[in-house]
Amino acid sequence: MAELTLTPNIDGGDDFYAELIGAHEGLSREESEAYNARLLLVLANHIGDRDVLKAAIDAAKRKD
Amino acid sequence: MFDDRYTLAYRLYPYEKHADQDKPAPVRHPVVVMGGGPIGVATAIDLARQNIPCVVLDDHEGVGMGSRAICFAKRCLEIADRYGAGKPMVEKGVTWNLGKVFHRDDKVFEFNLLPEEGHEFPAFINLQQPYFESFMIERLYELQSQGAPVEIRGKNRVDSVDVKDDHVTLEITTPDGPYTMEADWLIGTDGANSPLREMMGLEFTGKVFEDSFLIADIKMINDSFPTERWFWFEPTHGSGASTLLHRQPDDVWRVDFQIGWDVDRKEELKEENIRKRLDAFLGEGVEYEMVWSSIYTFQCKRMKEFRHGRVVFAGDAAHQVSPFGARGANSGMQDVDNLGWKLAMVIGGKAPESLLDSYNHERIHGADENILNSTRSTDFITPKSEASHILRNAVLDLAEHHEFARPLVNSGRLSVPCVYDGSPLNTANALSGGPEITRPGAPCPDAPLGDEFLLPRLGDRFILLTIDADGPDSFEEDGVEVTRLALSADDDKTGALAARYLGEAKSAVYLIRPDQHVAARRDSFSDTQFRKALRRATGKV
Repeated sequence: MAELTLTPNIDGGDDFYAELIGAHEGLSREESEAYNARLLLVLANHIGDRDVLKAAIDAAKRKD
Repeated sequence: MFDDRYTLAYRLYPYEKHADQDKPAPVRHPVVVMGGGPIGVATAIDLARQNIPCVVLDDHEGVGMGSRAICFAKRCLEIADRYGAGKPMVEKGVTWNLGKVFHRDDKVFEFNLLPEEGHEFPAFINLQQPYFESFMIERLYELQSQGAPVEIRGKNRVDSVDVKDDHVTLEITTPDGPYTMEADWLIGTDGANSPLREMMGLEFTGKVFEDSFLIADIKMINDSFPTERWFWFEPTHGSGASTLLHRQPDDVWRVDFQIGWDVDRKEELKEENIRKRLDAFLGEGVEYEMVWSSIYTFQCKRMKEFRHGRVVFAGDAAHQVSPFGARGANSGMQDVDNLGWKLAMVIGGKAPESLLDSYNHERIHGADENILNSTRSTDFITPKSEASHILRNAVLDLAEHHEFARPLVNSGRLSVPCVYDGSPLNTANALSGGPEITRPGAPCPDAPLGDEFLLPRLGDRFILLTIDADGPDSFEEDGVEVTRLALSADDDKTGALAARYLGEAKSAVYLIRPDQHVAARRDSFSDTQFRKALRRATGKV
């Protein structure tokens, strides 16, 4: 079973972040939320592994 | 007629009438520098050290009040050290490694910027700008007393310029009235609001961020903070949308409050109102003295071209960045580092005028990199849209519990010198297995050599650095001399020299420019190849 990676794994994190907020430019709040949902589904499909997805769903929950 | 626009911290170059002012015809100087800030003074020092006569004109008589630029990065200190002013800066400055990031009231994480071993200078120091400038001006006077052809004229305000093909005529106002001066070359280092740029009708375009920060420098009386950098996103004390605290010399702490765009500057700058913010932030019973305060708005802008014939712009006059990441004064020093040797070679007839176009090319590349980095930090600290605000807070939330999100937290990326990839002065890499960090165009990283360090040994000439390789002690090509520095990987037992300059290679020969950037490298010396590389590095190919 693959494990969820929770250590830094993105090369050029600042570039990635800039691309991500760039994708939201000009979108309304609702459009941004819809975009985020689509992006999430695309990434989830790429991961595929249900155990990893389950771990990610938990990791993203607020701890406090 | 001659009011100061700002209060002086130190009156270092009081106005004195110069003999030029009484001459019937304008006196011609090889180089005139307009603006006596840190970048103008650095330009003068760089040229004076190469025996190029240089006059600095400043409309004030010394160094302005206020801490302003406070973070000076390693490359900047290395350059200042070459000028002879770096060590007193480090001695006076505060070195810190530990940073803490807070979101609302919670500490998200802390980071330790432990410096890489084997460098003479720290990754950065905090030092108030007036100290930085004073050390530089002291050095300028020291050079002058040793006979270097350099002077700085206080209360000499340039009111207009007439730019010709081969010189510039300047109309100057002084307390004794006007006079005219001519310059073969004019260097514009007159700051972000550059009057020179204005006089020449040159554009300065980019992005203005709709936010402002209130700076308060405070001296603690009954309390203290550690020597760390603390950054709060959305603190609940409510004194700012973000707040930054870090330490400067003399027990002074810099506090920055992000206070929004539509602010009443005069009202905000009243001491009672600043104290209200500080008290909310510091808590009850903390006593402090106010040292200096200011409000800044920020923008990322640059000139389209830094060179306009006989006029060359450097520092904030050429490019302005938001302060996150300390890329203002630090990048200005790199401009001077790049310009000084090129201008001296052109004036000395050792290189064609077109060499200066490579200054334009390389430093625009540097400015764009700095603008990109500081824009990204600004976007993270002051998100422009709701979507990016939500995303920013998601990163902060995750960073508290998961290590992966921490590198995405951007409260300012440390200024590192730019690699001149794609510069016309570079010769393609011919050292297979050589490290990326020393590829052609890269600034030479320091390395220990027993009790010494590499960078002072490189100095400010063209150097043929051989590591476990043969080569001539010196060679000359078309008036430009290259001196060999012969080293062996064994000269540095720590292995840093080999790691930074050899990588997988067994031997290496580097051609290094006077600004300590790599021009060419191969595994062994070749007379033909290195002569060609030298011609290329001096704008002759």
